Amino acid sequence: MAEATMNYDEAISKFDPVLGLEVHVELGTHTKMFCGCSTVFGAAPNTHVCPVCLGLPGALPTLNKIGVESAIRIGLALNCEIAQWCRFARKNYFYPDMPKNFQTSQYDEPIAFEGYLDVDIETDEGQKTFRVPIERAHMEEDTGKNSHVGGATGRIHGADYSLVDYNRAGIPLIEIVTKPITGTGKYAPEVAKAYVAALRDILRGLGVSDVKMEQGSLRCDVNLSLRDTPESKLGTRSETKNVNSLRSVERAVRYEVTRHAARLAAGDTVIQETRHWHEDTGISTSGRTKSDAEDYRYFPEPDLLPIAPSREWVEELRATIPENPAVRRARLVADWGLSQIDMNTVVNSGALDLIVDAVDAGVEPAAARKWWTGELSRIANDRAIELEDMPVTPADLKRLEELISTGALNDKLARQALEGVIAGEGDIDTIVKSRGLAVVSDDGPLLAAIDDALAADPAVAETIKSGKLAAAGSVVGAVMKATRGQADAARVRELLFEKLGVSE
Amino acid sequence: MSGISQEDVAHLANLARINIPANELGHYAKQLDAILNAVAEVSSLDTSNVAAMSHPIPMTNVFREDIPGVSLTAEQALSGAPAVEDERFRVPRILDEE
Repeated sequence: MAEATMNYDEAISKFDPVLGLEVHVELGTHTKMFCGCSTVFGAAPNTHVCPVCLGLPGALPTLNKIGVESAIRIGLALNCEIAQWCRFARKNYFYPDMPKNFQTSQYDEPIAFEGYLDVDIETDEGQKTFRVPIERAHMEEDTGKNSHVGGATGRIHGADYSLVDYNRAGIPLIEIVTKPITGTGKYAPEVAKAYVAALRDILRGLGVSDVKMEQGSLRCDVNLSLRDTPESKLGTRSETKNVNSLRSVERAVRYEVTRHAARLAAGDTVIQETRHWHEDTGISTSGRTKSDAEDYRYFPEPDLLPIAPSREWVEELRATIPENPAVRRARLVADWGLSQIDMNTVVNSGALDLIVDAVDAGVEPAAARKWWTGELSRIANDRAIELEDMPVTPADLKRLEELISTGALNDKLARQALEGVIAGEGDIDTIVKSRGLAVVSDDGPLLAAIDDALAADPAVAETIKSGKLAAAGSVVGAVMKATRGQADAARVRELLFEKLGVSE
Repeated sequence: MSGISQEDVAHLANLARINIPANELGHYAKQLDAILNAVAEVSSLDTSNVAAMSHPIPMTNVFREDIPGVSLTAEQALSGAPAVEDERFRVPRILDEE
């Protein structure tokens, strides 16, 4: 049942929000964190399991090197310090999706700690940078997947029993936890969304995860509390789970602000509890209360040896960290002479890397941007394929631009050549030849086509002669049509005016 | 130096999902207390120059390469399960009706 809420602006005028974000990212390693079972998504139930990830007695874990390297690289990309020495710990609790009855995690010795991530948001005073302080990033493992049988909704409440698939149990997770984020004021929802988006960009750039929120490889928990003023001590927080899209991150923060505010204004206390976010209705509902302070009885995992990353190793890994995506975008905005809005369009279209590749191959930035955010985006969209899966190479665009600049192709023919590339007909030169794409540069056929066009519309010549040069458009159009787009429109215009004895 | 109360035993038993009748809590409290006291004898030694140890092997950074190995079949994985349905482990209702 929906709880009372207060109008957001009113809530913000009365209270100061404090955010905390916990992000779990599933690593894209080939194998699980502590055993050699595959991590491939979508396999038949309980076929990627072994004695280790099923928690069978006597099974011993072995640590995935790429999992550790990924954790260190994530820590470095988030400006964290990397532990000189750290251990795994057992987090003990019972739940059917966790067959060992403990989760192998890290407790007071995370592999990465004390970092930050700068995020840009639009404010009333223009673009502003917020620094999100990061407390830690630690290694742990995912749980199995429950499905609930019986009851009306397929949810855990009211189910008769549950079925468990352990394929996901043991897949490496990195949990990234912020410190309390203060000072956002009314922009708390935007900062939360921008942080998760920036984090996703970084993780994608590192190549450590496919970061698909809709498939659960990036999951976000939103912690929120309100206090009377920025000087007051922190209020009681709620922890909203299952926030699985960027839009939901923003909405969940906004909703919790309005819900907390209504409770506090009514003289109620906020209950410290886990809440579940419902994407469809845009509200959260109460899960379990945390009154029974969690007693996980953490202790050092005896079956895994400590990790002591040498500084040499850490520096080797640091050298693999790509440029921060936000910094890179700022650099490209300057290099390409774009506005921030142009850059946002490029980023939102998913074409940034493709444009960079084309520019690296020698295509002018403006041209590369025009093709990828224009024609190619349109085709990808029409065919419901990802832009990055389009079979157009940087070399194709480079050749296309060369042919346009020499006048061998016009824009229309260039688009036909691209269609050929996408249809798998070969490279640009092959298609130009096989489809007979060439601008007609011989004036003879053009003049003949102009005569035909004028004959078909006798009045137009007089109109143009009387000074209404815009009327030339219909003649040029007719000529383009007659030559199947292969005429150079500017040349047709020139010839037409010459013929009629008018000058532009 | 008694540290373990009957309430502690009840709490631990609950966390460990062990059913201990109320009339046996005192019995276990006494036993656990004796065990803790025995172990506590270590604290009579001077350990100021001894680093705390969690692992008996003085090694670090033992890794496995990220190469898939052999997994069980679903049939093998489920062979010891008390209940199976749809190639999955069937478990009793997780949350009680509220």
